[in-house]
Amino acid sequence: MKLLRNILDNLKPDFEKGGKFPWLHSTFDAFETFAFVPKTTTKNGAHFRDALDMKRTMTMVIVALIPALLFGTYNIGYQHFLSLDPKIGFFDEIWNNLWYGILKVLPIIIVSYVVGLSIEFGFAQWRGHEVNEGFLVTGMLIPLVMPPDVPLWQVAMATAFSVVIGKEVFGGTGMNFLNPALLARAFLFFAFPSSMSGDNVWIAEKADAFSGATPLAEMMAGASIPTHSFMEMLLGVMPGSIGETSAIAILLGAILLLFTGIGSWRIMLSVFVGGAVMGLTFNLFGSNPYTQIPFYYHYVMGGFMFGAVFMATDPVTASQTNRGKWIYGFLIGVMAVLIRVVNPAYPEGMMLSILLLNVFAPLIDYYVVDSNIKKRIKRWKMKGGENV
Amino acid sequence: MSNIITVKKGFDIKIIGEAENEILTPKVESYAIKPQDYIGLIPKMMVKEGDRVKAGSPIFYAKHNEKILFTSAVSGVVQSIKRGEKRVIEEVIIIPEQTQDYEDFGKESLASMNREDVLEKLLKSGLWTLIRKRPYAIIPNPDSSPKCIIVSGFDSSPLAANYNILLRGKAAEIQLGVDVLKKLTKGNIHVNVSFDKTTCDELLKLQGVEINKFKGQHPVGNISVQIAKLDPINKGESIWYIDAQDLAIIGKLFATGRVEKDRTIALVGNEVKNPRYYSVKLGASIANIVEKNVNKENNIRYISGTVLTGKTISYDGYLGAYDNLVSVITEGDYYEFLGWVLPGFKKFSLYRTFLSGFLNLLPKQKRKPINIDTNLHGGKRALVLTGEYEKVLPLDIYPMQLIKACIIGDIDLMEQLGIYEVDAEDFALCEVIDVSKTDIQQIIRDGLELMRKELGE
Repeated sequence: MKLLRNILDNLKPDFEKGGKFPWLHSTFDAFETFAFVPKTTTKNGAHFRDALDMKRTMTMVIVALIPALLFGTYNIGYQHFLSLDPKIGFFDEIWNNLWYGILKVLPIIIVSYVVGLSIEFGFAQWRGHEVNEGFLVTGMLIPLVMPPDVPLWQVAMATAFSVVIGKEVFGGTGMNFLNPALLARAFLFFAFPSSMSGDNVWIAEKADAFSGATPLAEMMAGASIPTHSFMEMLLGVMPGSIGETSAIAILLGAILLLFTGIGSWRIMLSVFVGGAVMGLTFNLFGSNPYTQIPFYYHYVMGGFMFGAVFMATDPVTASQTNRGKWIYGFLIGVMAVLIRVVNPAYPEGMMLSILLLNVFAPLIDYYVVDSNIKKRIKRWKMKGGENV
Repeated sequence: MSNIITVKKGFDIKIIGEAENEILTPKVESYAIKPQDYIGLIPKMMVKEGDRVKAGSPIFYAKHNEKILFTSAVSGVVQSIKRGEKRVIEEVIIIPEQTQDYEDFGKESLASMNREDVLEKLLKSGLWTLIRKRPYAIIPNPDSSPKCIIVSGFDSSPLAANYNILLRGKAAEIQLGVDVLKKLTKGNIHVNVSFDKTTCDELLKLQGVEINKFKGQHPVGNISVQIAKLDPINKGESIWYIDAQDLAIIGKLFATGRVEKDRTIALVGNEVKNPRYYSVKLGASIANIVEKNVNKENNIRYISGTVLTGKTISYDGYLGAYDNLVSVITEGDYYEFLGWVLPGFKKFSLYRTFLSGFLNLLPKQKRKPINIDTNLHGGKRALVLTGEYEKVLPLDIYPMQLIKACIIGDIDLMEQLGIYEVDAEDFALCEVIDVSKTDIQQIIRDGLELMRKELGE
């Protein structure tokens, strides 16, 4: 490793102020710190620091996404071949399924990362900052919430929109208030509805005769129960966005996030509670078939699970206070089921519900913090302080 | 009378190099007073280089209040007055004489003195500066009075000195010191000790005080945490506090009429060969203490104070005004190949993304001491993770919101969020675990200083 270190040390002056390529400083720095944790030491305050940094934090989330990614890749292949031959079994064409899936998914991932990271590097350079690792996760989340047949140029546009308008205009990772990956999906949903809705986009190159309806679409169309069994939906053997079909694979990721403490258990739990409360309420008072399905069906249909585990828990756009997180997560669950069942226009309520609560998260925090402030003022007044 | 108070949040970090139970008396060749140890102080010199001073002679006074004197710990000659940038006075160095000569402050009995007499004696002898007040952690204005006074009887920081050893044999002086404090306030005198560590009669048998036994992990020893449990500070109120060892110095003054700034300190840290206790005076040079007692010549950091809050000093630097600890740890200026990917068996982390993070789930008695260095372990980033600071901050404060209020300098918001109840040191653990590598203590300190400048004390 000494060799690599020496090469980097030799190159370094070229990228510093007064060197040959000062305009590539952030880029060089990103690659250098990728290879080596820098030798910077503490200057002020605590003299030693925790070994965890942003790179590792974000890497953990990517690792947590791997089960969903692998399953999704395979499932795309399987769904494609299933539409051609409805008798085919899940394990009949393992290599074909996988290969077909890779051919579909890999280009989307590459486009998402190339477009997003170029913009990130550009902005970091322009601001003179280090490149923030936030996009490493966003760049993986975007492909996973895309339908398999989405045109690549649309992925590029959506990524560019979400990074520039969703994040960089506010100052970059940590300053944005909407989840960038969901914003990319929402952008496509409203700008190119034909690529993001209907029965034809959820299976790659689907045979025309085969119904490609997702469970959500079936329910919306008035079915009393989805064609796919609960077990199939739990495992994820159904059409849908690339990474969101398998509740089991997503739960594996959730276990890692909770185990390492990177994901907020408060948010995850409260999203599920919110979904259950709304689902049960519909069971009691609803009249049409959609209101009568068991609440746990909502967990395994569409993007509920993926949203609860990977999207709602984004620390930047979620509520920042612990009490706020309970309210925020609960309302996401409630709104997601409410939009699904009641709104005739959007089959998938999770995306809109999370984006909506992203907008309200600062307000929730405001009231949580305000109660702390009020308590302090009250204590002061009891001691005879004047009005504030 | 004693209360048991439990603090639930917090974390004890165990580090290699705790001091052994043995007190040495080193020969100290120079002493210094460092005005920058006192927050917000602008010194006005009263001596010149070459002047001879006695133990207790004034060296400088505070510009904002000329009654507040800072006095020499030893008799000797003022060797130099070191200035830094913008001619700020950094150190006043005094070379001690063979035989010590003391200023006489009189041995009048405490019973016959009133508050003014006591105040005057404390101010003249310079021992007033051993007392600090919250909010702001500054030397209190002698014309003010606090709602209570806290005697700090333990430290919960990593590698902290053991107060049972520091206070050994000082029972009478501490008791006299308590009696002095009682002249200064109508409120309670709280003596705060550790529930499981404090065993010494010097504190536990004190008369006329309220003894509070605190149970929990760091920062349970911090004054803010204790105040929050005992009697939270409201706007316009103040609380004074003093370290138990410094109280003994005050007691001694009233017993003998002399200023004897004795302080037992601990030399600790993973780079110290034989971590032990040393009996010195305030402002002692550490040169003779660390010489031949550290593992290597270069690439180590000397800190006056704890590894969480102390100041970096050189190997021949001087002990800080309120410190009873010299920590010596490894400098971490090395590159680590793919360091952020490795499983991390030996890394220090409170997060469970490293395998070593799981060791922290053990109860504190079973955790093994670890090695640390000063590497930042990553680059500075915007604040991203939330809900982490709360785990190590046992105060009814929203840390993220307060930090942001300090960054934007909104004094109304800072006040509403409880800035009066905290000090920079309370955020040390938040700073340690911060994934974004933010200098949180500096941010809080700047926020406090802004408040003080805008609103006065």
